[in-house]
Amino acid sequence: MIPIEHILLLSVLLFTIGVLGVMLRRNVIVIFMSIELMLNAVNLSFVTFSRSLDSMTGVVFIFFIIVVAAAEAVVGLSIILSIYRTRKSLNIEEFNLLKW
Amino acid sequence: MSQIWLVPAFPLLGFILNGMLGKRFGTRFVSIVGPLAIGLAFAQSVVLFFQMLNADGNVLSEHLYTWIKSGNFEAGINFQVDQLSGLYLLVITGVGFLIHIYSLGYMKGEAGYYRFFAYLNLFVFFMLILVLGDGFLLMFVGWEGVGLCSYLLIGYYFEKDSAAAAAKKAFLFNRVGDFGVLSAVLLIFLTFGSIEFNAVNAEAAARLEHGGILVTIITLLLFLGATGKSAQIPLFVWLPDAMEGPTPVSALIHAATMVTAGLYMVARLSHLFVLAPLTMNIIAAIGALTALLAASIAITQTDIKRVLAYSTVSQLGYMFLAMGVGAFTTGVFHVMTHAFFKALLFLGSGSVILAVHHEQDMRKMGALKNKLPITYITMLLGTMAISGIPFFSGFFSKDEILWYAFSSPFGSAWFWGIGFLTAGLTAFYMFRMIYLTFHGESRVDQHVAEHVSESPVSITIPLAILAVLSVFGGFFGVPHIFHLLPNNMEQLFHGFFAEIPSGHGAALTEWILMVLSVLSAVLAWYLASRVYKSGFEIASRLREKWEWAYKISLNKWYVDELYNLVLIKPGHLFTTHFLWRLFDLNIIDRIVNTSGAVARTAGNTIRPFQNGLTQNYALIFTFGTFLVLLYLI
Amino acid sequence: MLTIFYIFAALSVFGALGVLFLKNPIHCALSLVGTFFCLGSIYVMLNAEFVAVIQVLIYAGAIMVLFLFVLMLLSSSDTEMSSNKWTAGKILAGLLSLGIFVQIAYLFTGNELKLGTKGEYPIEVVEEIGSIALIGRLLFTDYILSFEIIVILLLVAVIGAVVIAKRKFH
Repeated sequence: MIPIEHILLLSVLLFTIGVLGVMLRRNVIVIFMSIELMLNAVNLSFVTFSRSLDSMTGVVFIFFIIVVAAAEAVVGLSIILSIYRTRKSLNIEEFNLLKW
Repeated sequence: MSQIWLVPAFPLLGFILNGMLGKRFGTRFVSIVGPLAIGLAFAQSVVLFFQMLNADGNVLSEHLYTWIKSGNFEAGINFQVDQLSGLYLLVITGVGFLIHIYSLGYMKGEAGYYRFFAYLNLFVFFMLILVLGDGFLLMFVGWEGVGLCSYLLIGYYFEKDSAAAAAKKAFLFNRVGDFGVLSAVLLIFLTFGSIEFNAVNAEAAARLEHGGILVTIITLLLFLGATGKSAQIPLFVWLPDAMEGPTPVSALIHAATMVTAGLYMVARLSHLFVLAPLTMNIIAAIGALTALLAASIAITQTDIKRVLAYSTVSQLGYMFLAMGVGAFTTGVFHVMTHAFFKALLFLGSGSVILAVHHEQDMRKMGALKNKLPITYITMLLGTMAISGIPFFSGFFSKDEILWYAFSSPFGSAWFWGIGFLTAGLTAFYMFRMIYLTFHGESRVDQHVAEHVSESPVSITIPLAILAVLSVFGGFFGVPHIFHLLPNNMEQLFHGFFAEIPSGHGAALTEWILMVLSVLSAVLAWYLASRVYKSGFEIASRLREKWEWAYKISLNKWYVDELYNLVLIKPGHLFTTHFLWRLFDLNIIDRIVNTSGAVARTAGNTIRPFQNGLTQNYALIFTFGTFLVLLYLI
Repeated sequence: MLTIFYIFAALSVFGALGVLFLKNPIHCALSLVGTFFCLGSIYVMLNAEFVAVIQVLIYAGAIMVLFLFVLMLLSSSDTEMSSNKWTAGKILAGLLSLGIFVQIAYLFTGNELKLGTKGEYPIEVVEEIGSIALIGRLLFTDYILSFEIIVILLLVAVIGAVVIAKRKFH
């Protein structure tokens, strides 16, 4: 049996890398990928807890998280598309207009 | 079921109909609704008055609605008709009805005809609330309401600066009095735990020490309110200015009804007032002084309505003198007779003013006797009533006041002396008015003189009715020494007012005093006819001789100037230099500016964080998460 | 078993670091797909076969393909990471991430978490009923309301994406 602390540590590590990605990368799409990474880290901890607590709730939650992630990716990418049309750029530092 | 609520309901309905629909439906609609509302209220008042006479304890009461209920304090909309409010009801609705009829003719063709009747109906409504309420709360509603209507009606010709200023003045002077009433009501509530008249009157002797400080303060505050509403020293100066309103308004509000509200309050709380001898003395003294002061002013005024206005102040002074010496019944009696003859005189002066095309200066009248016969006769009757010519209504009530001023335990020879002097002055200035207006040579403008003619029926009929009342109204309260008729007033108010120890003085003294005052009135009449019948020659010679006295009288004892100097100027200086320059600019403005500056500085400080760089936000967001986790650990 | 877990764990961390450091976004995406595969394998080891399958199908399959499509659609020439200088912001970001890592790791390895009461689905029950049947039963009974809401959310997101992407800005 795998010790759950190790799986949880893996989850935390992936999450932290995701956080760093959001804060450091300039490419919007890569930032999005970092967010997906964070979501996956959370999924991993859900599965782990679900298993160790003999419960199915965590697994059901993963189902919801994946749907939210999919929705978020779809909307986010379409926003990026329409911003790209006017800005011709994916650099987040150029998206600093506070009003349209 | 007595249906008291119908009495104020009719005028209220009239107000609503006139106010909301009067403009659209035109004059005919207003002319019907306005007087009809008051007429119906009068009819119901008569019914109620006789029901009240037959009722147990002479009281009808009606609970309509519980207004405030808090702990053991309860104030409701309760109406009560007893001897005092019953009499007031009759006077208000009766005289009010006649004046509404009169207004049909007087206000014809005025712009805002509907507005006038709407206000007049509203005034009657509030006046009825004032006298019908069974406690201070409802009375105060009426008290403020009539003040409002008075303001609106004085300022009826609001495009005239003087009218607008007079309205403001009346309102402000009344506010000073209202302060007194409110404070007194609070003190009464603290003392009695109730603000119902019956409870206060019944428990006054038990809860308050006779002549104690508390009762003196309460009654003095109440009297302050009364001086505001009823135009006594020191708050009387608004009433003469109130003549800027249309004449029917002067007759109804500023002679017959509203200005007697102060007297109503004193009479209503007689059991409270007799506990404070000091207040009683002050009331009597103020009443006597006001009577004399106003009469001395009235003898030199040339505006016909101002003469009547000062006369009103003077007569109100008489009534307070009566209240102050404990002759409550007589005071109320004089309220009634005064309502008749003063309304008559005002309406008559209105008729004259209408005939000479809105000229109010008596120096431009004269010799109108033949052109306005009905007006002349009725006004002459009214003048004889107010002057105390025997067997006219004023004679009975005024002589009784003078007698009580002399004989009552609260009275003194001084009060009688002042009253006696005032009676002579009253006769003098009233006959002066009659002679200047109706006798002598015509001083009316040529163009106007050709068109002078008697007023229409709607004006002369109320005059005639009021003249009859002025002549015979006194027989309701014939003093005992005549042994002619039973004294109906005393029977009516038997046991209603606080009893005071009966006075000293023999019947012979009363006869002597009465003869003296009648003689003085007749003498004054004679003097006035000598001086003014032929015009102004004798008067101007007298004037040169008594220049200083004439100046003082003409300038109303410089009371307005005094108030200006003592109150308004310092107030102006205080507000300009302290409130505005010092307080407003330095403190209020600084607070406002500082709060603005703080907001701006804060904004300038925080703005860099909101720079549109998403990753800055992410950084701060992460920092937040860090802090939350720190808290969790 | 344990060794295989560590291998997959190391590979997934490696993939994640690729997302963080690779210059070309397409390479980032591919390395993320790798991470997802590794995580899927770990799910299998945790007896969550259904999750492993949707992980591969939806994440690695659908979502990442969408990312790649968008990346191909947009030219990615100017989206290099800006300079490699250490700025104050970057240092702060690193420190904060380290702090969060320490904190969560402390929470996860501390004592409180192990105190949770055991649920009613131990591994034997799950294997007897089958995890897919169990999830389906839970979704349509206890979590029916959440399920309906999430369905609406997905619908709105799809429509919203179409509307936003098609709008012309002037």
